[in-house]
Amino acid sequence: MMNDPTSPKKDVAETVNADGLLIEVRDVRKHYDAVHALGGVDFHLKPGEVVGLVGHNGAGKSTLMNVLAGTVERSGGSFRLGGREIGVWSAASAQQAGLRCIFQELSLCANLTSAENTRIVHRSLRGLGWRRRARQVIGPVLDEIFPGHGIDLDRKVADLPIGERQMVEIARAFTQTSIKLRAVILDEPTSALGHEATEQLLAHIRRAAGRGIACILITHRLNEILAVCDRTVVMVDGKVVAERTTPGLTRAALVELMGSIERPRDRSAGKAASVQAPVIRHAGRDTADLTIDVGKGEIIGFAGLDGHGQRERLRAMFYAARRQREALPGAYVAGDRGSEGVFSLWSIADNLTIRSLNALTRGGMISSAAARKLAETWSDRLKVKAPSIDTPILSLSGGNQQKVLFARALASDAQVIFLDDPMRGVDVGTKQEVYRLIRAEAENGRSFVWYTTELEELTNCERIYVFREGRAATRLEGDAIETGRILQASFGGEHV
Amino acid sequence: MSDAAARAPARSSSKARPALLNALQVGLPAIALLVMLAIIFSIRPAAMSYFGFHLLFKLSVPLVFAALAQMMVIMLGDIDLSNGAFVGLITCVTALYLQDAPALALLCYLVLIAVYAGFGLLIHSRQLPSIIVTLGMSFIWLGIAVILLPAPGGSAPAWLASFMSWQPPLMPLSIWLAALAALAGHLVISRSSYGVVLRGAGGNPRAVERAGWSVIGIRVAVYAAAGLLACLAGLTLTGLTTSGDANVAPAYTLLGVGAVILGGGAFTGGVVSPVGTVVGALTLSLAGSLLSFLQVPPTWQIGAQGVILFLVLAGRVLLSERAR
Repeated sequence: MMNDPTSPKKDVAETVNADGLLIEVRDVRKHYDAVHALGGVDFHLKPGEVVGLVGHNGAGKSTLMNVLAGTVERSGGSFRLGGREIGVWSAASAQQAGLRCIFQELSLCANLTSAENTRIVHRSLRGLGWRRRARQVIGPVLDEIFPGHGIDLDRKVADLPIGERQMVEIARAFTQTSIKLRAVILDEPTSALGHEATEQLLAHIRRAAGRGIACILITHRLNEILAVCDRTVVMVDGKVVAERTTPGLTRAALVELMGSIERPRDRSAGKAASVQAPVIRHAGRDTADLTIDVGKGEIIGFAGLDGHGQRERLRAMFYAARRQREALPGAYVAGDRGSEGVFSLWSIADNLTIRSLNALTRGGMISSAAARKLAETWSDRLKVKAPSIDTPILSLSGGNQQKVLFARALASDAQVIFLDDPMRGVDVGTKQEVYRLIRAEAENGRSFVWYTTELEELTNCERIYVFREGRAATRLEGDAIETGRILQASFGGEHV
Repeated sequence: MSDAAARAPARSSSKARPALLNALQVGLPAIALLVMLAIIFSIRPAAMSYFGFHLLFKLSVPLVFAALAQMMVIMLGDIDLSNGAFVGLITCVTALYLQDAPALALLCYLVLIAVYAGFGLLIHSRQLPSIIVTLGMSFIWLGIAVILLPAPGGSAPAWLASFMSWQPPLMPLSIWLAALAALAGHLVISRSSYGVVLRGAGGNPRAVERAGWSVIGIRVAVYAAAGLLACLAGLTLTGLTTSGDANVAPAYTLLGVGAVILGGGAFTGGVVSPVGTVVGALTLSLAGSLLSFLQVPPTWQIGAQGVILFLVLAGRVLLSERAR
């Protein structure tokens, strides 16, 4: 059963080869039946180097990382680790070689504590007193990366908020026991982290690089790449299309390399919105908590540091809107796709039409013709990349799944759409498409209430509320919406 | 950061509450057990003795092992509907062969456990629902048992029967065995570093696989362990009844599930408590005796047992909701 993973190949990755490369892959391919996820990729990594990996969703970034981490078997190509040719590669041998991966969807066991989750990746944490030693392994690393995190290591991961879970997962990847840590792959590590924790992580990546630990950073937040990476690799459609040293690289250049053009802001600043009565007026809990007004056709943003009550307020507004007697129909787009968004066993069509069943009912039964038509129209409008609308939703990439969830809300009769940080881990191109669609729908009279952790998304909004410590503390309108003021409001003024 | 500092004290004070509620959750079947004992002792004070305990808990030994077997499977997020039929088959094998051909009997046990593990492999490698596979298995076990022993009969080896009626010092044998099983289960599943991996494999098999463990190996091993525990249940049951019967234990399947859930387990996998399971099994086996003491007519007993199970489980659900 749980025998040791492969015989301990001590010499693997123990030394680096003449060119000083830790990882070197050539012409790596991966195909699932007819679909080519990777079409011949060359990639290399030096010890202590930080490499950024960017590209569209479905560009093959995660597949490449899974190949390196041994969780996906490559269909072809060569893989050298520390100058040594690797044949069959597995997750166990990757662990043994000191290669760790932080996967896009968290891979902690929610039923275990943080200390127990540390044990899962460290075989040497066994025997008497392993629990204490596990705490001593993860605790200091967590303290180093995220000072003042306040996470109880003996609490079940299921009881931690998602941001803290991600901190635990990140810290776990940087822990070290008997096996020397050589490289950490971070796949969208900051998607659930707040602003401050993100900065702390980026600082730690540089520190780790200084100690000779190489990092591969996959993220859609390009400023993170520009901030920490030595080198940036751009992938499009399963191939590496560009490789640049980061100094001198700009955001716009990166976006251009990815094949989608960064559009200038075209916010219709200061639309005369406050003329008509709001369609929703949601009072705060107390006087310090602002009342939130939503007018017809308005895009309202919720900003602030992650976890300061935005999501709770969004949900409270959604439920309050439903309880009103002559309520406008509302729809909620969940950010946590896996647990609140998709029906994982259903097709795209079923996932897309579930919110519109009443409209699709003919004589008490669902008209499958009408349902298909609706699903097809909207998956076309959102450009969902899939062979057909009968494809199971889980076979889509994360960004495309999110598009289906958007389509579900937009295809419905909803007049007010609540967005719960839906663009987490979605690529720039998709984001721009969805922003355009949101603005177009707002023109048509739909209202949006949009919670987002990405500051630049807020420029799409006409009015934003910045949350602090569970309350909507500051209201910014029109041209007042700019990064500096939002940050200032999130941190509670100048005295922070 | 100021906000982290502000959050820290709130965190530590709220920590005590879930801990208390968790303790209550584990404690609930124990409380139910004590209440039942109190009722029995108030009706029949003479039962409050070594011999009284011996009689009350005598029949709980096989159920404890069967419930632990079920717990192993539920730990992986599966369910085992063949548990009771398997125990019945083991009683038949034991009553037929253990006395005269112990080597053959041992071989049978090993083969049966290997088949159990093999079904674990099948469930994992073909991604089949365990409820279907084990339902099918239950008919296979029952069929083999009926072929071996068409009518109840055979005989338990004398040493087995005398072991089961042995009266050790301090506590009756049934309590000793339950306590030892609970302790061993607690050490292996809840405390040991390997138990963590097993529970992790139930909670998030992908994460465990990505950390380099073989989930298929884990599943096979856990199913084999479940087979072994069910074997122990069959052996102790034969020692008590001194004969083999294919249809002796079908109720163990669902009583085992009840004991696991009662003891704080969850069908989602990864959340089980060996101590809770043992206490749950004792509670369920005592429920029958309690009803007899209350002079509930036998025709009503099964239904009344269901009501007791329902009440205790409902109490647990309420508590776990409070804990959120």
